[in-house]
Amino acid sequence: MSKVLMKGNEAIAEAAIRGGCKFFFGYPITPQNELPEYMSRELPKNGGVFLQAESEVAAINMVYGAAGAGGRVMTSSSSPGIALKQEGISYIAGANLPAVIVNIVRGGPGLGGIQPAQSDYNQVTRGGGDGDYKMPVFVPANLQEMVDIMMEAFDIADYYRNPVMVVGDGMIGQMMEPIEFKKPVPRELPVKDWITNGTKGERNPNIINSLFLEASDLENHNLAAQEKYADMVKNETRVENYNMEKPELVLTAYGTTSRICKNVIAEFKKEGIEIGLIRPITVWPFPHKAFEDIPESAKGILVVEMSQGQMIDDVKIANNGRLPIGFHGRSGGMIPDPQDIILKVKEMLGGVK
Amino acid sequence: MLKDNRIRIIIGHYGSGKSEFAVNYAMKLSKISDKKIALADLDVVNPYFRSRERAEILENEGIEVISSVKGNKFNNLNIPMVSAGVLKLFQNEEIESIIDVGGDAIGARPMGRYKNYLTDGKYDMFAVINRYRAQTADLEGAVKHIKEIEEVTNAKVTGLINNTHLLRETTVEDVLFGQELVEEVAKELNIPVKYVCAIENIAADLDATSFNGKVFPIKLYMRPDWL
Repeated sequence: MSKVLMKGNEAIAEAAIRGGCKFFFGYPITPQNELPEYMSRELPKNGGVFLQAESEVAAINMVYGAAGAGGRVMTSSSSPGIALKQEGISYIAGANLPAVIVNIVRGGPGLGGIQPAQSDYNQVTRGGGDGDYKMPVFVPANLQEMVDIMMEAFDIADYYRNPVMVVGDGMIGQMMEPIEFKKPVPRELPVKDWITNGTKGERNPNIINSLFLEASDLENHNLAAQEKYADMVKNETRVENYNMEKPELVLTAYGTTSRICKNVIAEFKKEGIEIGLIRPITVWPFPHKAFEDIPESAKGILVVEMSQGQMIDDVKIANNGRLPIGFHGRSGGMIPDPQDIILKVKEMLGGVK
Repeated sequence: MLKDNRIRIIIGHYGSGKSEFAVNYAMKLSKISDKKIALADLDVVNPYFRSRERAEILENEGIEVISSVKGNKFNNLNIPMVSAGVLKLFQNEEIESIIDVGGDAIGARPMGRYKNYLTDGKYDMFAVINRYRAQTADLEGAVKHIKEIEEVTNAKVTGLINNTHLLRETTVEDVLFGQELVEEVAKELNIPVKYVCAIENIAADLDATSFNGKVFPIKLYMRPDWL
């Protein structure tokens, strides 16, 4: 198939439909409105159901219900809206339900602004919901990667019976880029014999629930989940190592910010200075090994984020005290300037004081 | 460009590159015209990538930029309000005006408010078409798009702009692929092809004798270098 030019939010919606999404429940919020708008128009044509709920809380609980009944279901929102959904996400994880949640991040905290940000890192990797749950969190850096991940996300959710989060900053939602829709590598998916689609008098009722009053039952439930999370760490961790053969310094950034970093790397190449980039494509599971594999040539790591510094904590864990770590971040909808990153790199390399 | 009518209304689907064309048009016009130039951004739908974001570059060239009541800053992006100052682009005959109208039939609605200021032959309405946008990928879609916008704006499209592109991946073949459609639309609606756009390095390779419309090289003002 040939390429088309799409806006991020539309592309996500189209990829979701092609990925088998049949149900969308959501509530509007900038900068992701084109996504539900596209779904409202296109999902019914594809045999699905679009419903604008009365609130984010209602929407995520509809996701819980549809997933429990075996539907391929998603919701989307932006930062404060995702905050409202946290309880439902924890319930979905607790009840072992597959669902896809898209977060097009805007500046926070609170209502914040409508410009792009990456200040939901802690919210999406640690969760605002309760309990020991985890979910794969994808952070694509361009629309082609976003589309590829969206088409696969429903399979990943079904494979693990687990929520999957796909995150883009506002830029990813709003930018235009040429894309092409390619079918993901098929996975062998388990039969959904646990769904509540009616017993027809032929079997015992299935129960969808996250309440376990007996302590030992709840611990066993958690231990089983941990095994699933260990599989995700093993199989779903994704990272791009860029220009990492012999870097003098390593940048680490994800999403839109990583593209600014690549621009910085190209600038340094002109001066004969090699700078590398570790770009997490999943932030949970976090690509720890990429940091262990940083060559001896590197004098330090510079973390660049569109926040006041959240991923930096994971980088510190992965680095395990080995290299000095610097930080450059902008927030509130401000985008890091390549020149500021260049200055920070030079400072860390001891070039400019 | 100096022969275009004083009032130039730019329409086109989201992603057609309409705002990029509007900004490029204003920048080029400011280099060849001695008159005062003003650009009005009537987009009340898109939160990002609006022509007002480039107000500084435009104002440095002496081009006035008018958008929201509250100015061109980000802080009022989510509020669909248009400055009364836009009126002077229609009323003041000394101003060379460029009106950047929102994307589709809904986005173009604010333009309807100015219908009484439009006289046939005194304005141009340019429809920017990118064949790689799904809604304007064929004759039927492109014609429907134009008709819908004509209806809500109460104005007639007077020129077609081929802006078929895949951003920095655009090739000469892409431009010609779009040109094929735009010329079909031109024939169907009896509207001339005015400009054929392409990023500068591709525009240099276009054979202007092989198609209708003037080659219009585009600088990417709306998109930062790293994107």
